[in-house]
Amino acid sequence: MTAPLVSVRGVRKSFGATEVLKGVSLEVARGQAICIIGPSGSGKSTLLRCINALVPVDAGEITVADITVTDPRLDKVALRRRVGMVFQQYNLFPHRTALQNVMMAPLHVLRQDRHEVEARARALMRKVRLEGKEGAYPGELSGGQQQRVAIARSLCMQPEVMLFDEVTAALDPETVKEVLVTIRDLAEEGMTCLLVTHEMGFAREVADQVYFTDRGVIVEGGPPGEFFRAQRDARTREFLGNFL
Amino acid sequence: MPPRPPAPPARFDDPRWAAAVALIVLLAAGVAQAQAVAAGQPGVVETILKWTPLIGTGFALNVAISAIAMAAGTLLGLGLGLCQISLLPPVRAGSWLLTQFFRNAPWLVLLFWCIFVLPFRVTVFGATVDIPNWLRATIGLTLPVMANVSEIVRGAVRSLPGGQWEAAESLGFNRGQTLRMVILPQCLKRMTPPWMNLYAIVVMSTPLASIVGVEEAMALTRGALNAERRGDLLIPMYGALLLAFFAYCWPIARATRWLEHRARVRA
Repeated sequence: MTAPLVSVRGVRKSFGATEVLKGVSLEVARGQAICIIGPSGSGKSTLLRCINALVPVDAGEITVADITVTDPRLDKVALRRRVGMVFQQYNLFPHRTALQNVMMAPLHVLRQDRHEVEARARALMRKVRLEGKEGAYPGELSGGQQQRVAIARSLCMQPEVMLFDEVTAALDPETVKEVLVTIRDLAEEGMTCLLVTHEMGFAREVADQVYFTDRGVIVEGGPPGEFFRAQRDARTREFLGNFL
Repeated sequence: MPPRPPAPPARFDDPRWAAAVALIVLLAAGVAQAQAVAAGQPGVVETILKWTPLIGTGFALNVAISAIAMAAGTLLGLGLGLCQISLLPPVRAGSWLLTQFFRNAPWLVLLFWCIFVLPFRVTVFGATVDIPNWLRATIGLTLPVMANVSEIVRGAVRSLPGGQWEAAESLGFNRGQTLRMVILPQCLKRMTPPWMNLYAIVVMSTPLASIVGVEEAMALTRGALNAERRGDLLIPMYGALLLAFFAYCWPIARATRWLEHRARVRA
């Protein structure tokens, strides 16, 4: 097996007196989709934020391809063009249209050619099934549509890894599906994806690996078939029991 | 057709209030007029009209002082406000202290302080330039404007959800780019109503300059009254000055409310 694309080793992180991550390790191979599930406050979102250096770690090492994220001399722009992130609250820029949201970072951060960026952005809007909404402002779009623009915005940086932080948690049940279909398509095309999610059905269907976290540690993990059939740890069983 | 919203309760910026205030002033003038004509003196209205050109030039100075103080204070305040959200603790602390100091100082005391602390004349490259009183008063008003704008900027930036910063950072924007392209454009809309409100307050504070010897509308009105030596003119002349300020400030208040309302509807 080749070297993993994302590698997390013994990562610890505290906010004040609360230790949120107590030595977390995991590896993600290129093209894999992994789902991280677990109760609120178990450190799932913090783990994703550590991977793209939004949150500095206290101890441990994280690498993405040949970039050492935990290196103090980290080139953040180089990291972020390879790691895209989508948030629970979409976080689109409300003063810019959908298309402008998608184009901004490649234009101003990567300083790429405008025609090239625009062609790519329009293709991505089609890909997330939002053709015709290019000129709409985020406030004019539904939650599910905004989240798909957010996905297109991240993809326009042409990342190698996508991080999804509970991206369907703020959506109406009927719009959850349109966002999940978009992510499933991405995973099937071979995009490396790390998802923090409460959508167990989606995890079972799409993930190559499922990890369960609780109180700052990864309790257990494995391929979804095995993971959902039988759990070694009582905490995992109890948590999954809430969903079945 | 959508149902008509219920009429809002009467507010102090309702046109009916404006009409009421104007009526009271005119009524007072009318009564004084009748008395003056009876006593065989020139009418109040004629007397006011006689002084209007002079007091009008004074009012132009009030407007100029307010506009210059506002423009300079806004530029300085923007810088100071951005310093207040700096990542460097000393910059943040220094700008915070400066903001708090000038925000909590009485404007009149600041005016006096500036009148005495600023030089009467300066020599630049051998040329001696007098600094007129009105300019020193303007500088005195610039300081509280700066501090208030600084707070408006800080408040607007802090009112944006943190997700905007996170999203921009995760897309590779640096702090300057995030401020310029993501944060400040969104703040502009939020800052406009309090900024206009501040301007109206600055205009209404410009008569303070009369106390430190600036010949603006208030000082000239007092001068005119001294020249006329007529007690029956006191209320109509100050009333006319009130009306002039009201006519200038009230549209600003209306526009501010309209902008606030529009912002609420959009949000």
